Amino acid sequence: MDTAAKKPFDEMYLQDEAVRSIYAEYAAWLKNVPLHQLESKRQEAELLFRRVGITFNVYGEDAGSERLIPFDVLPRLLSAKEWDRLSEGAIQRVKALNMFLHDIYHEQAIIKAGIVPATILANSQYRPEMFGVDVPKGIYAHVAGIDLVRTGENDFYVLEDNLRTPSGVSYMLENRKMMMRLFPELFRSYPIAPVEHYPQVLLNNLRAVAQAGVPEPTVVLLTPGAYNSAYFEHAFIAQQMGIELVEGQDLFVRNNAVYMRTTEGPKRVDVIYRRIDDDFIDPLSFRPDSMLGVPGLLSVYRNGGVTLANAVGTGVADDKDTYIYVPEMIRFYLGEEPILSNVPTYQLSKEDDFKYVLGHLAELVVKEVQGSGGYGMLVGPAASKQELEDFRRRIIAHPANYIAQPTLALSTCPTLVEKGVAPRHVDLRPFVLSGKSVTLVPGALCRVALREGSLVVNSSQGGGTKDTWILKD
Amino acid sequence: MLSRTADHLYWMARYIERAENMARVLDVTYNMSLVPNAAQSEAELWEPALQIAGGLEAYRDEYGEVTAVGVVRYLSMDTQNPSSIFNALRGARENARAVRVTLSAETWESINSLWLEFSQFIGVDLMKQGLGEFCDWVKARSHLFRGVSFGTMLRDDAFRFLRLGTFMERADNTARLLDVKYHLLLPGDEEVGGAVDYYEWSAVLRAVSAFQAYQKVFNDAIEPWRVAELLVLREDMPRSLHACFSEITPILEQLSGRHSTECRRLAGELHARLRYGRMNDIFQDGLHEFLSDFIESNNNLGAEIQRTFLNAPIGA
Repeated sequence: MDTAAKKPFDEMYLQDEAVRSIYAEYAAWLKNVPLHQLESKRQEAELLFRRVGITFNVYGEDAGSERLIPFDVLPRLLSAKEWDRLSEGAIQRVKALNMFLHDIYHEQAIIKAGIVPATILANSQYRPEMFGVDVPKGIYAHVAGIDLVRTGENDFYVLEDNLRTPSGVSYMLENRKMMMRLFPELFRSYPIAPVEHYPQVLLNNLRAVAQAGVPEPTVVLLTPGAYNSAYFEHAFIAQQMGIELVEGQDLFVRNNAVYMRTTEGPKRVDVIYRRIDDDFIDPLSFRPDSMLGVPGLLSVYRNGGVTLANAVGTGVADDKDTYIYVPEMIRFYLGEEPILSNVPTYQLSKEDDFKYVLGHLAELVVKEVQGSGGYGMLVGPAASKQELEDFRRRIIAHPANYIAQPTLALSTCPTLVEKGVAPRHVDLRPFVLSGKSVTLVPGALCRVALREGSLVVNSSQGGGTKDTWILKD
Repeated sequence: MLSRTADHLYWMARYIERAENMARVLDVTYNMSLVPNAAQSEAELWEPALQIAGGLEAYRDEYGEVTAVGVVRYLSMDTQNPSSIFNALRGARENARAVRVTLSAETWESINSLWLEFSQFIGVDLMKQGLGEFCDWVKARSHLFRGVSFGTMLRDDAFRFLRLGTFMERADNTARLLDVKYHLLLPGDEEVGGAVDYYEWSAVLRAVSAFQAYQKVFNDAIEPWRVAELLVLREDMPRSLHACFSEITPILEQLSGRHSTECRRLAGELHARLRYGRMNDIFQDGLHEFLSDFIESNNNLGAEIQRTFLNAPIGA
């Protein structure tokens, strides 16, 4: 595997500065565009995003303030062949993960077979409330965001599976709209696969998982509210699907059914696309202090009176502790070889791994299990002595809370920064939709670490986004 | 539609209308203060603006003496005053943000860019640098909001709740303006028709964009009772009480769910008073009495709208 020391794989340029064939036309075009023109396009994009209000809220500092996620005007390109492999691999993974979730809340065959240890049932994301509950079509993760990174021409790795309430798809859609507006000429000359039908595919899938016998199911999107960091996305997707955007206070439970309060009286709700975490969804069952949820929702859900997407309890399948077993799950449930690889992972609860990690801390990425958002994370090569010491102490105190992975040399992609066009590390999050069938629209959220050398692409840590072009053959 | 959505739409429109009316009151008061008038002190001149806004006592607690600088600050940028232009516009934008998907894209953008542009006035000494410009800007953005929403939104319940908010707020504001001014301007049996009076009454008319309309309708000197007639009973005068209720009543008829009888009754009753009332009778019983009764009834209707549609109870 590559290490960070070597020059990382670049999406556009080969080692000898030659252009990868898929970028040939684009590179020729880019060469003829003066820098100030790119800069003015960037400013135009920022202005438009701000006017339309495509912002995210920042927690902590200056609560309630709104920020733009920086948008890069240079796209990332993938060939049809590359995409086919990635999408097949992602679909395979999500199929296996859904079967795993059904299994672990029913027969638990994978534990009995000795493939996944029984300790997984003690994971805080495992929801005993879901044991024995049947969900429509056996689908738990209706929307899954699979984070992929690339280290070489043919080397892609799954960094993590996001199966709870993955976000970012609005940026895939809005970035595309923006690129078409800024560079219409490129869309004429390149066969770029469209992504605009994503909301329609999602809605069809959500309708398909309503309880049997409901002729025209009512689907709503449940948001924590206007102060949530992803509120723009919730509003945007609800609008694109033409469904109501509801908050917990808009819903109530009566006679084993969920209703929304409307100006014409109560209206029955069949499917809730919820963007609220499990912990907050029902104050009677989970956190009693939650103001966001709907009292009694879980009991209606367990009795089949309403469908939740994603299901309650998916977190146990995307936890970093569970991640290592996904290739085995694919073999166990589907009898197939995994198309996409996992990143080799050290479990600090294991004696040998623990020793190795402490000896090589400065080369590794250490992550908290049950953590997210890039907060509880150490990037060894980029950390100061003090940070390494602090993390070492935390690891020794609670080894089981951490996993470690080699520092991958994430591929870079040319990006417009202050100094001009320069390579920056990127990742890729395609969204896998399950319901009627398991599909992806040909596109993804591409996140880019804007600071030179940085490997952390999270928007909460100063990451930006790019449009991703899947080129048809 | 969701009760909460309706609530946001209704209040968004009310807040914009409130900001516009605040700007109108500020603007004419400021213009009045430019007319040399020895008979009136600074406090006497600016106090009515506070009375119209319903904030005289709160103002005194915070600022003490009534001064031009204080009143302008209190009504425009004061973050403590719930009815300041700052808070009204912020409230409008917060409500809009919560229901942006229900608004047409153009309507949302008009409110969002209004709020972004507003920041240019923060920290500016309005008394020194263009209070008139500021008030014109607020009015223009309010016009733009109404025009954009009228021109781009589907005629569904969302649009109706939005319009309902506009006219409920406008009726309240026009009634308050007229009540305060009339009270002050007709002290007993003093003669009317002097030069100061002319400015005062033309200021009232200008505050509701009715100066030209007055000329057209009456083609005569400005007489207080005619001003009152124009702003209370004339249906063709867009900021009059009658005109507001000619909008409100049919909206409530269209929104009529199974449980809105009381809303329709209250609105119908008020509408009838304005439609069939005679100015002579109103004056006989006292314009002030008529207006305070109107303001109270209008508030009751607002509370009933809130109860019926916006905080829809579970059992309904």
